[in-house]
Amino acid sequence: MSTRIGVVVFPGTNCEHDVVRGLGTVAGESGVEVELVWHGETSVTGFDALVLPGGFAHGDYLRPGALARFSPVMEAVTRFASDGGPVIGICNGFQVLTEAGLLPGALQKNSGLRFLCTTVPVVVTTDRTALTGAVDVGSVLRLPVNHFEGNYICDAATLERLRDEDRIVLRYAENPNGSIDDIAGICNAEGNVVGLMPHPERACDALTGAMDGAPLLQGLLAASHARAALRSALAPA
Amino acid sequence: MAERDTADADADADADSRTAADTLHRALGLTDEEAARIAEILGRPPNHLELALYAVMWSEHCSYKSSRRHLGRLPTVAPQVMVGPGENAGVVDVGDGIAVALRIESHNHPSAVEPYQGAATGVGGILRDIFTMGARPIALMDPLFFGPPDDARSRWLVEGVVSGISGYGNAVGVPTVGGELTFSPCYERNPLVNVLCLGVLRKEHLVLSGAHGEGNLAILLGSTTGRDGIGGVSVLASSGFSDAGADEEKRPSVQVGDPFEEKRLIEACLELLGRGLVVGIQDLGGAGLACATSETAGRAGMGMDVDVSAVPRREPGMEPFEVMTSESQERMLAIVTPADRAEVEAVCRRWEVRATVIGTVTAPLGVPADGGGGGDGTDAGGRLRIYDRPGGEVLADVPAASLSDDAPLYDRPLAPPADLDRRRANDPTALAPPADCGADVLGMLADSSWVWRQYDHQLFLNTVVGPGGDAAVLRLAAPGLPPSRRGLSLSTDSNPRWCAVDPRAGTAMTVAESALNVACSGARPVALVNCLNFGNPEHPEVMWQLSESIDGMAEACRALDIPVVGGNVSLYNESGGTDIDPTPVVAVLGVIDDLARRPPGPVFVDGTALVLLGTPDRSLAGSRWAVDLHGHRGGALPAFDLVAHGALLRLVADLVNDPDLVVGVHDVSDGGLGLALAECAVQSGVGCLVHGVDGHGELFSESPGRVVVGTTDPHEVLARAAAAGIHARIMGHPGGDRLVVDGLLDLSVAEATAAWRDALPDALGQPPAA
Repeated sequence: MSTRIGVVVFPGTNCEHDVVRGLGTVAGESGVEVELVWHGETSVTGFDALVLPGGFAHGDYLRPGALARFSPVMEAVTRFASDGGPVIGICNGFQVLTEAGLLPGALQKNSGLRFLCTTVPVVVTTDRTALTGAVDVGSVLRLPVNHFEGNYICDAATLERLRDEDRIVLRYAENPNGSIDDIAGICNAEGNVVGLMPHPERACDALTGAMDGAPLLQGLLAASHARAALRSALAPA
Repeated sequence: MAERDTADADADADADSRTAADTLHRALGLTDEEAARIAEILGRPPNHLELALYAVMWSEHCSYKSSRRHLGRLPTVAPQVMVGPGENAGVVDVGDGIAVALRIESHNHPSAVEPYQGAATGVGGILRDIFTMGARPIALMDPLFFGPPDDARSRWLVEGVVSGISGYGNAVGVPTVGGELTFSPCYERNPLVNVLCLGVLRKEHLVLSGAHGEGNLAILLGSTTGRDGIGGVSVLASSGFSDAGADEEKRPSVQVGDPFEEKRLIEACLELLGRGLVVGIQDLGGAGLACATSETAGRAGMGMDVDVSAVPRREPGMEPFEVMTSESQERMLAIVTPADRAEVEAVCRRWEVRATVIGTVTAPLGVPADGGGGGDGTDAGGRLRIYDRPGGEVLADVPAASLSDDAPLYDRPLAPPADLDRRRANDPTALAPPADCGADVLGMLADSSWVWRQYDHQLFLNTVVGPGGDAAVLRLAAPGLPPSRRGLSLSTDSNPRWCAVDPRAGTAMTVAESALNVACSGARPVALVNCLNFGNPEHPEVMWQLSESIDGMAEACRALDIPVVGGNVSLYNESGGTDIDPTPVVAVLGVIDDLARRPPGPVFVDGTALVLLGTPDRSLAGSRWAVDLHGHRGGALPAFDLVAHGALLRLVADLVNDPDLVVGVHDVSDGGLGLALAECAVQSGVGCLVHGVDGHGELFSESPGRVVVGTTDPHEVLARAAAAGIHARIMGHPGGDRLVVDGLLDLSVAEATAAWRDALPDALGQPPAA
């Protein structure tokens, strides 16, 4: 059975086609329908998972994600998430999810005060999420990062809760941006909403250098298929 | 009654201020002879607005008036060339129904005055040149040249330029996949910021810039028009720098960039072009609307009526000449049929891009005056008329094509430097050999990643080899393109040291090196674009350098069968009366027919052998060793055989595409064989033992056409080299943790790696790389 994944596009988003390609590569023959969803849409009905890709939504002039949270599609994304639908925010998508209140904390400027495009080792710290279900805890993945504002910050109580509730998804083995507790990705309490700064879609092809992102996108595909199965089971016969 | 005679209208004012009018053209950057020529074209004295239009369009930057006579000597024709020089970008057929659009431009003077915005808007401008052709921009490259990095102002310029490229390029969403970084005292006050963009399109989607079809609409897309960048081409780009105070005053001539507007503009334009809704389209760059309206009309042999009041403005009180010559960024002029107007507006609304009808295409050249206006037998067709409001007063009325086609053409005096013979006789082989070649190698090693880690170089998932390699290698893919197994290889190269010694041979060697870089990734060269950065063309020595350089480029391109598909000339790169070293930058595009694997790149693999291809040479003239380490700028560049170089290019590409045979490859360029070996050692963490190198001369010579090949079967490589008529020898073996050249060099790989890693951050006073 096929599954449908929506990739949300704000004006200024630029990684949407890369996510489409990455998911297509990872899915191979097994099949996935990936469609772009314009930020002006008010419904995401029919999708089994959503990705908020990287880029500079609305130019990121005020603060990354600060305007995107007001785009019409975000209400639908929020309803989809609270209904248990898998939602992955990559890079700028992570920033949007924090601004929209779907994930706690914020992403501030890198400690080096420069844009940083490089590949870093990242440790998978939980496998209970829509992104990491196909990876063993403790696995080290080499993943590209590409951001100016990737330095995760939250208050002490939030950090304690993230640790206690097993909501830290990825940690940098070599912290490139000053993130608190080396955090590279977190999830909501249920694990269906995940935000991460690294770009798994940039590491799904040996020709361009790395394959370590593929297991994460496979995790998302599995979560999307599970949601599709649930949807078809609940659908009126 | 609307068509008042503009000459009479202005004559009243002129009578009162004859002196001011006489000097106005000079204030706008026009010579007395040029002003007289304008009056001759119009048959009357020009008014202020008309003068302003000619001033920007006849500026050196727009008209190439000093260089055009020489540029005609470059070879521009080949079967794969779809569009050669003269349009917004060159376009080349690369196979599989796909074409590549390519262009390089300078943004030197804006970057000298305001480095962040100067560099940012340089990126914005070159992107528009590419998507104007219907191509999606998929890669940027930036060759940069600064003064010595220990100087505070140079650091401010480096910081600003790199941040500007990063801030604009990353946000607009086009990866920066390569470039160059050169430091030399000659760029201290006049840095060079060149920007290249490569785009891809389906061959049938190619769109040119002509405003065809009488009655069609001229629609201004994108940003509002403000006072930023007025006179950018004439005030900034077409004169040199004198002293610091004057530079500061030029800052208001620099434009301000908005990458988010540009991103929406790219998507909107590509959708318009892809859906066939546009007859012709042109970006607004230097000289703004004056250039876009006159060039689109002139290219099609048509006229255009422009309503200046329709142009959306970002500030009140702007004069018509300000509106027409503003270089406000992120604007395009599309020519659209009235029938398609509503659909064009709908596409633009979706992308939140402003679209405003500002003009109409009018009768072509050769239509006699109908008695309504001129009535004196002048051609009423092909006119660019600017109105103050619809049906209102004519503020300017000039033959559209005259702004570009009738621009003056100068045959400026040229002369070789008086001391040329003495300089050439003073060869650096006479310098004492170094006591320790190792120290010299360490002194030249530098990792440029401090720069390019600030650029998104991975977006679009095409970057097979990114910055830091001999050439960038890209997959030939983008949304909407047919599938292809081909790859693109792209290298930007320059060597002002060589060109200072001998601009003709130096430029030919630069082309040869760029083509060799592309061959090292397994590609065959298919096209070249250039950015010719030179000093003040009113200096005969500079004109000689330019002419010689163009001859050298023409010779190399002819011999290597590489057509020149576009170029840009940047003159007046001088400060305090001193010209920069001649700095022709070339970019060679290559095609890899089957990009099945990553090219091996500059690495050593333990247990293999090293073969050196190419004729050994000991000459040091123009080398980094002589110029940078010893301040010696004399001598004669090595003789070299362009025909043999062509054979070498084919041999290297064939070897690289044989995965079982070649495991590493690196051309010998900057810093000579010594630096080439050290770079391979650093990149792979593996040392080597090399023998038979003839002294420091052969170790540091930059004689072109030599390649280090790591191979599993050295005798096979020797046999293939012999068959191609290329000199080759087995020079040693990779392995161990030391870089050893028998009798000359013995360094630990760890020491070389640390020197390489720390050189640039240390020089710039930055914290070490993370």
